[in-house]
Amino acid sequence: MMGSENDENSLTSKEDMSNLFLHDDPLTRTNVNGSHNLSPPPIIITPADSDPLSTTNPPNSNIEPPPFYADVIFSSFDDNNASDDYYIPHSSDDYIKITVSSPKKEQETERSMLSSGGSYVTYLITTRTNLPEYKGTDFTVRRRFRDVVTLADRLAEAYRGFCIPPRPDKSVVESQVMQRQEFVEQRRVALEKYLCRLGAHPVIRCSDELKIFLQVEGKLPLKMGTDVPGEGGGGGSVVEVAQPVRGGRDLFRVFKELRQTVSNDWGGAKPGVVEEDKEFLERKEKMHDLEKEIINASQQAETLVKAQQDMGETMGELGLAFIKLTKFDNEEAVFNSQRARANDMKNLATAAVKASRFYRELNSQTVKHLDTLHDYLGVMMAVQGAFADRSSALLTLQMLLSEVSSLEGRAEKLEAASAKVFGGDKSRVKKIEELKETIKATEDAKNVAIRDYERIKENNRSEVERLDRERRADFLNMMKGFVVNQVGYAEKMANVWTKVAEETCLYNRDSS
Amino acid sequence: MEISTEQARNVMQSPRSPSSQPYLSASVTDPVKLGNGVQAYISYRVITKTNLPEYQGPEKIVIRRYSDFVWLRDRLFEKFKGVFVPPLPEKSAVEKFRFSAEFIEMRRAALDIFVNRIASHPELQHSEDLRTFLQADEETMERFRFQETGIFNKKPADFMQMFRDVQSKVSDAVLGKEKPVEETTPEYEKLKHYIFELENHLAEAQKHAYRLVKRHRELGQSLLDFGKAVKLLGACEGEPTGKLFSDLGTKSELVSIKLQKEAQQVLMNFEEPLKDYVRYVQSIKATITERATAFKQHCELAETTKLKEINLDKLMLTRSDKVGEAEIEYREIKAESEEATIRFERIVKRMNEEIVRFQEQRMEEMGVAFHQFAKGQARLANGIADAWRALLPKLEAASSA
Repeated sequence: MMGSENDENSLTSKEDMSNLFLHDDPLTRTNVNGSHNLSPPPIIITPADSDPLSTTNPPNSNIEPPPFYADVIFSSFDDNNASDDYYIPHSSDDYIKITVSSPKKEQETERSMLSSGGSYVTYLITTRTNLPEYKGTDFTVRRRFRDVVTLADRLAEAYRGFCIPPRPDKSVVESQVMQRQEFVEQRRVALEKYLCRLGAHPVIRCSDELKIFLQVEGKLPLKMGTDVPGEGGGGGSVVEVAQPVRGGRDLFRVFKELRQTVSNDWGGAKPGVVEEDKEFLERKEKMHDLEKEIINASQQAETLVKAQQDMGETMGELGLAFIKLTKFDNEEAVFNSQRARANDMKNLATAAVKASRFYRELNSQTVKHLDTLHDYLGVMMAVQGAFADRSSALLTLQMLLSEVSSLEGRAEKLEAASAKVFGGDKSRVKKIEELKETIKATEDAKNVAIRDYERIKENNRSEVERLDRERRADFLNMMKGFVVNQVGYAEKMANVWTKVAEETCLYNRDSS
Repeated sequence: MEISTEQARNVMQSPRSPSSQPYLSASVTDPVKLGNGVQAYISYRVITKTNLPEYQGPEKIVIRRYSDFVWLRDRLFEKFKGVFVPPLPEKSAVEKFRFSAEFIEMRRAALDIFVNRIASHPELQHSEDLRTFLQADEETMERFRFQETGIFNKKPADFMQMFRDVQSKVSDAVLGKEKPVEETTPEYEKLKHYIFELENHLAEAQKHAYRLVKRHRELGQSLLDFGKAVKLLGACEGEPTGKLFSDLGTKSELVSIKLQKEAQQVLMNFEEPLKDYVRYVQSIKATITERATAFKQHCELAETTKLKEINLDKLMLTRSDKVGEAEIEYREIKAESEEATIRFERIVKRMNEEIVRFQEQRMEEMGVAFHQFAKGQARLANGIADAWRALLPKLEAASSA
């Protein structure tokens, strides 16, 4: 992999190191979960008005594709593969690439309970894909943040047990702040990250919800909020469960509300849930520890990045101060000997400025690599969600089980009492019949809950397995990328300083 | 009591030169903390090696403390006006830092440089006060130190001088006299301007050098913390990730140590010399002030002498009986005036020589500092590259697995 650009495969040769990150470096690409967001995101030049991706055109006509792979404008990197960052090669050639751009302010047209009657921001969502589930290759739609919330809610409903990437936060701020440029830009970046992560998830990328979100123009035809208990699966279509009769429906609502109150933490059993699966409990605890350490490492990574940045800045300022001093000594020189010696200072100053540039470049790369840690915070949240789905499904099941058994107990009592009355007890018999219907409905619900639970457990399992695999690869890539960069830039700096040391060697006074 | 510059012998520094050549060298070593609590202080050993007859023998060791060095400097400043007396490291320091090993070492090194600069200066090296400093026993030294603060009570004297200066400036202005009390030759103006600007530039360079030391330490600390965090993360992961994280953490800690070491080197070999030169330039500014004072005195006394002469002539013409007195006064003033002129001219001569010496010395010492800095940075960078590089084979093996 790494030696592909060179004839020799040896990693330890110094020349390779210096040049390594000059080439297209596959290490900085991720091949699995998630876009590793650069600090400077790519600028996509897709003006909203003259949009060649409009789906009114036949998909395969001779339209110039938009510059998705435009160079990152801010970059002063030696290796420029930033444009590939959202390229997620899954298996062979499947890909889906999503970008978010062109925020636009729009007015609320319809008045409803939900609208503030003011204005809101929409974003242009551009998709390019070759997945067969998307009948087409290029799509563009405009969506507002509320639509994203809806999408997230529907996915959470439909894909219980899956590790669904968490959506960007709603911010509870005033509408003025909402439309301020930095906020809008931050949100745009966050949305893009989110959608790309969805696109990276092997199951969710083909979900109906996502397909509708990315393809259907105009108002998003996904229901807001949830009033129907969903049963998602591989295909993702929302299948309604056979409606249980009165009592059953109430129970469902109760359980749904319970689920929503399952708070997002790993702490012990939820009230009522009796989790006996030891393996699950162990795994949950491990995930909790892992999350804690990822948080810690992510924080230290931030501190490291800041320290590297500061080092670069100060080195640059030092260089500039010496350049000024050199210039001053040259201009104001009272003696010629000064001018001759001032060259030494100038060499040092130039070296310091070069070193400063190297630190800045090193840091941009470091940010890219260590961002993996930050991304995994989102992943851990998704895992929490998946585990919470399981706990709430178990809770539902357990409550239904106990409901069934208490109903049966009541039925027994009624039958016993009714049997004592000779010739039957009309009112009691009626009650018993009604009770038996309720029991049947509850039994059905229980069976659904069992299937739900089992399915969610299986989703959990496969997701955790997938995550472990991807995490191993991602962390490995991160380490490699980080280390290669440190080596490369350290070598560059060593060269620069060695040269200055040689140039000033006449000042060597000691044996060291 | 001074030996004039014409008579100054070229005294050499190295004791290893042929014994017929005169040499004088001194070193400041072995700092030791003495005393307790608030009165605690550091004492240093000052070792002198010489073959000069004025000294008590080929080698002498005395114990000195910081205020002894201050005494020496003050004496030299008073007696060798026009000479750029080498600067001392600062007196006060943050209380808790005052006795840290690093600070003590930095101070010792600075005092060593101070004494050596004096011993190698063509004029200063013949100073009697230097001999006292290098040879007197501790009690004698202490006596000298306490005595002289009375007579040469510099600080109040400074104030008095400033006060007199202000007074005379005010009275001049009030009386409408437009005495040119400042030298305004173009070369001297250029020199003054150069010195003042040089201080600004050096101070800025020193500021950034100091910050750079801090940055080294901060980067080192952050790598240490990062290393620890990554190790903990590795403990949560299975193989091979777990072991790799652990190795990564270990390397990170190693690199951190290198950075801390280099930080200290940059401080001692790069930032301190810069700071030293800022102080040196400040010392030159003090000399400039002395020259201005001497110039003023020379002008004023010359003026006064002329007035007295005119007055004397007047009295002689009128055959006044005050002639005798006036003549005595006139002769006295004339002698003073001539002395003031000699003093001023000596300052000018010295300064001209000193500025040449200073610039050469600066270029040389700065060159050394730059070389050290570049070498240090190269060493650091190479060390960092080597440390990280060692991880690559394992990382590569793990990814192709």
